[in-house]
This record gives sequence, structure tokens and C-alpha cells, in this order.
Amino acid sequence: MESHLQHNPDLTSSVVFGLGWVYLLLFVMNAAWVRRSFALDGNVRLSLGGLLGKGQEIPVASLWAIYCAMLLMVGVSHLTGSDNAQSFLLRMPEFLKAPINAASNPVAFFVGSTTIFIAMIVFRSVWTTPTAGWVLLNFSLLFMTLSITDYDFRQIVGKPDNVPIVGMLYIVGFFTWLAFKKSTENDRRRAAGKPLIEQENNEKVLTWPDLVYTELICMVVITALLIAWGIVLQAPLEEPASAAKTPNPSKAPWYFLGLQEMLVYFDPWMAGVVLPSVILVGLMAIPYIDFNKLGNGYYTFNERKFAIITFMFGFLPLWVAMIVLGTFLRGPNWNFFSPYEYWDVHKLELLNNINVSEWFWLSVMGQQLPVAPSDAALPVKIGYILLREWLGLVLVAAYLFALPPLMAATVFRKFFMKMGFLRYMVLANLMLFMMSLPIKMVLRWAANLKYIVAIPEWFFNI
Amino acid sequence: MSVGDYIRGSQIWKSIFRHPAPVDRRNRIVVMLTNFFLHLHPVSIKQQGIALSYTWCMGGITFFLFLVETITGVLLMFYYRPTLQFAFNDILALRDVTTLGIMREVHRWGAHAMVITVWLHMYRVFLTGSYKPPREFNWVIGVLLLVLTLLLSFTGYLLPWDQLAIWAITVGSNMARATPFLGYEGPGAQLLNIGGYDLITSGSDARFLLLGGRFVSEATLNRFYILHCVAIPLVVSLLIAIHFWRVRKDGGISQPL
Repeated sequence: MESHLQHNPDLTSSVVFGLGWVYLLLFVMNAAWVRRSFALDGNVRLSLGGLLGKGQEIPVASLWAIYCAMLLMVGVSHLTGSDNAQSFLLRMPEFLKAPINAASNPVAFFVGSTTIFIAMIVFRSVWTTPTAGWVLLNFSLLFMTLSITDYDFRQIVGKPDNVPIVGMLYIVGFFTWLAFKKSTENDRRRAAGKPLIEQENNEKVLTWPDLVYTELICMVVITALLIAWGIVLQAPLEEPASAAKTPNPSKAPWYFLGLQEMLVYFDPWMAGVVLPSVILVGLMAIPYIDFNKLGNGYYTFNERKFAIITFMFGFLPLWVAMIVLGTFLRGPNWNFFSPYEYWDVHKLELLNNINVSEWFWLSVMGQQLPVAPSDAALPVKIGYILLREWLGLVLVAAYLFALPPLMAATVFRKFFMKMGFLRYMVLANLMLFMMSLPIKMVLRWAANLKYIVAIPEWFFNI
Repeated sequence: MSVGDYIRGSQIWKSIFRHPAPVDRRNRIVVMLTNFFLHLHPVSIKQQGIALSYTWCMGGITFFLFLVETITGVLLMFYYRPTLQFAFNDILALRDVTTLGIMREVHRWGAHAMVITVWLHMYRVFLTGSYKPPREFNWVIGVLLLVLTLLLSFTGYLLPWDQLAIWAITVGSNMARATPFLGYEGPGAQLLNIGGYDLITSGSDARFLLLGGRFVSEATLNRFYILHCVAIPLVVSLLIAIHFWRVRKDGGISQPL
């Protein structure tokens, strides 16, 4: 018996009613899409497995129209069926929940989001067509509406402060789609020797009215949105503060949850101080280490592959996806919980992670960790600690000091020649710090690694 | 003569606006030069620099949200008192009984939205290569503004003084005690001692400086309130002014000169 079922009180009428309106909104959006498709998409030949003989030409729009009609029916049945929400049938089916729950874990999440990221780049000309974008939008919205029918999912996603994150996902998704669409179009134009999108219609126009009116409309729309948002959703206010009652989980504000997620893999001095500082310094250093003069003032991918892949990898899988993980999938005791799983405070997760020093001395050498005699002088104690952690220290030193010249001689050879010593060293170190998170993740999952260097005596764990 | 013409012909109107309505080319140019708020803009601008699908309008929206936050924030300051006795109850009253208590909702959702629009603004600037020469330094100022936006949001998070607030700030500020050398649980802090006396203790480290105490307390509330309402907004305003000024001096939002 899966635990989430027991805790799953049935749907409430207000949820079903609200979902009805969402489906109606989807219906209206798709009705507009049918109209567009009818004008642009042309016909497709259907034979229905020989049922129609050689096949029949039908407009693509008619397929969308069928989907659209189904959305209308689903929407209306939600609105009429909300009286008896307990027995309402249109909900996330168990045969979908179970495999999603079973497959969910931090490894799958990170590997999955990285795979999607790579696929996004490789297939950038495929998924940036309007139709593909529309299909993706519909899929994600249907996944969301269906998932809302699950009690545990609703508890987490529906928290007032979590709603902006759901919005952010769609907005970031949309703008990533838009940027890739423009980039591929520009790259195509460049290859064909045609002027870029940004070079067409680039005459000077008067700021009044062209820009001033856009700004005015933007301000009105944003104001209206904020007020509507404020009316629909009340700002959160929990119990009065009490230093005696620690909530479990205790979470930082949502935009810092990517950093809080790093605490799983690094100690606070790294995850909370060093790495955030490196992120900020790294961001500020970007204009000074990017020597590529191309791609100034237009969207492109081919002309700035390295820069765009690096930045996007940092922003999408390592920042946005980590926020999603930290917000929606980390429950009590910062344990991982699947999307449709009850946040059980008593869930136990085995912590059998080991340090590099333990692995070396216990497994390889077959002896106890070296410990200084309790009455030893300070230099002796330090000597013992260094002896105990020698392998980890060597590894970290090699990572930070041997890799940059090694990379300069191999993969980054061209960069090194063009950038000069100082710029290159900044770039190499920023890359190494950025990759330290995924590297530590993989080591944790593959080898149960806790710390590479573990010197708790000095609060120095890496 | 219609009433409208009478008003527009009056000395008061002319003293304020100086020029006829921007209905013809000449006055559309002049209005940009003689109006304080409009003079942030150039008189004319490249079409691509204002195409929505190119700019996403995210920088502009971020600035507008900053204004919304300032206005709603000032209104909230009339009502809210940052003390243990009143803080929570004032927020409760804003929710339940105060006329226009929705200002708190607008303020909070505007803050979340502002964090997101700052990220998207940076995303767009990066993807269009708009940080490239001659705009390198403006990108640096932009990163500082990102940090300050996050700090504004973080300091504001504490003010409702509910469970969500103090524990989020506790979790966030716990990081400070692990600051290398400056946090009492940070690597290297033990080295800073004179004659056996530790300089960095839980009563003198980076976290203590941030919180005004060893844990999130009334002193923290006061500290964060001042940071949130006065100190950070002042710095942000200055940096925004420089940011905008540099956009003009560097030749628009994007593209080589």
C-alpha cells in the first residue's frame, strides 16, 4: 500500500470548480489556435490504418478542433461535477502517479534536467517551431492541471509563496523558447547570407509615441496583474513567530533554495558563503573574460556556443531546477519526496556516506584513522590531521592548481592563446567552481562520498 | 474656445509643460527634452531597441516594480510598527480589517515578481550579448542591483514576524556563521585570537553583525526594517540612476556603437 493514498483526502469542490475554469481558459486558447492552424497549417493525409482506403486529406486544424472540443467537455464537466467532488473521476490516474513517484529521486531529477537541457540545445531547430511550442505548453499545462487533483501535490504547489515559482517556470520556459527560436532563425539567415532579424526594420523612430506608449501599456498591464494576483491569492501569514517551535522543514526564501539544496553536498561555508560569492564574482567577470566580439546585439547560438551553453547550464539546471527541487521535492529533514508523496516527518533515509580519508585508511590501508596522542603539541596534531587527510588535500589541490594548466594545454588551448594568462585563469577557476557542484553530486550518488577533505576540527570540510 | 483649449492656453499649464501637446514631429521631439521624466529617454531610438520580442521589456518592468514596491512600501510603513509587540498584529490587521490592506499582497507579489524579472532581464542581456563592449561596466552594476534586489526581498521577508519569516531568516543567516575567518563556525576563525582570547565568537562574528544578536530577535527586526526601508533602497536608487545613465552614455541598450 503506497503511503500517499492513506493521507489523500478526496478532492474538494473548490478545486474541481477552479480547474473547470482553467480548462475553459485552455479551451479558449486552443480555439484561437484552431483558427490560426486553419489559416496556416494546410492538410494532412489520414488513412486510419486503411479504413479510409488510400486516405483522405483533412485540415490539420480539425485535429486541433477535436482536442479543443474535448477541453470544452472536460471543462464543463468540472463545473457541473464540482457538487460531488468526492466521486469526481477526472483526476491524475494512479497508473501515471506510481511510475512517476517510483522514478523520482535526486539523481533522476538532476540527470533528467541536464538531459533535457542537452536535448534542448541539440534539437533547437525542432522544438522552437510554433506548433512544437504550443504542444509543449499544452502538455505542461495538462500535466499541471491533472497533478493538482492529487492532494499531496496540491499542498506543496498551492502554498502562496510557491505559486510564483510555478509562474516563473512557465515564464522562463517561454523566454528560453523565444530566445532559441530567434537564435536558430538568425543562424539560418547568417548561413544563407541574409540580414538578421535585428538588422531588418532598424530605422530610428521617435521615442514619443513608439516607446512611451509601450511603457504606459506595460505599466497598466503589470498594475492590473498585481492587483488581480493580490485579490485572488492572499499573502501568506502563518502563526506568530516562536523561537521554540522549529518548523520541519525550515526553508530559506524560495530564491535561495538552490543554495540551500547545495547544503546537501557542501558545508555551509562552501554552499552559503564561498560558492554564492564565486557566482556573483563570476557574473561580474563575464564581460571581461568573454573575448568573442560576435553576437553583440542580436540573438545567436552558433556564434557564441561556449558562452551560451555555460551560462544556460548555470541558470537552468543549476539554478532554476535546483530551486524547483528545493521547493517542491524537499520535505521534512530535507529528505527527498516524490511529487505525489505525502511529506512524512518520520521518513527515514540511510546516511552511510563516507569521507575520502575513511575510505583510504579503513578500506585501502586496512587500519584505523591516524589520531594524534591527546597530549601532543599543536604542530604534531596538525601533522596528524594533514596525514589523515593527505589524499583529499592532494585531490583538491590537483583540481584547483593542476587542472587549469592541463586544460590550457588541451581543451582550452585556443582560449588560452587568445585570452592571455590572467583572463584564462579567472575563466578556468570559475568553470572549476561551477562544475564542483555536479561533480560532488555524482560522487555522492556513485560512491557515497561525504567529504573529500574532512577536517571538522577546523570547520574545514570540502 | 473650448474648456480644454482654455486650460492648455493658461499660464499655469504652460508653466508646467512649456510646449503644446506632442501631436506633431517638432513637439514630440521637444517633449522628450523638456520633461524631467521623459528625458531619461533619447529623442529617437532604433526600432530593434524597443521591439518587445527583442527586449522582453524586463528591465523596464523591473524598474516599474521597484516603483510599485516603493509606493506600496511607504503606505505600509504608515501602518506597520517593527516591534515584537506590534509587528505580527499589524500584519494580521492589514489582512483582516484594514482598508486597502491589499497593499501588502501587492507589495509581496510585486517583490516576488521583481526577483523573477531581474533574472529574466539578465537572461536577455546575456543572450543578446548586450554586456559586450562598451557596456561591460553596466553589466557589473546590474549584478550589484541583482544582489541588492535579493537582499531587499530577504530583509522584507522577516517583517511579518510569523513562523515563515523568522525561520526563513534563521536558515538564511545561519550561513553567515560559517563565513571563513569571520564566522565563529567558519574555517580559519580559530586563527584570529590574541593571547588565547578568540576574536571571533558567537557574540562578535558576521552573523552577530547581521542579526544584532545571537539569534533572530527584536534587534534583528529593527535592523532588517531599516535595511529594508531605508538603507538598501537608497543604494538601489543610486545604482539605478547610474545604470540608466550608462545605458544612454553607452549608446542604447544593445548593439555596437
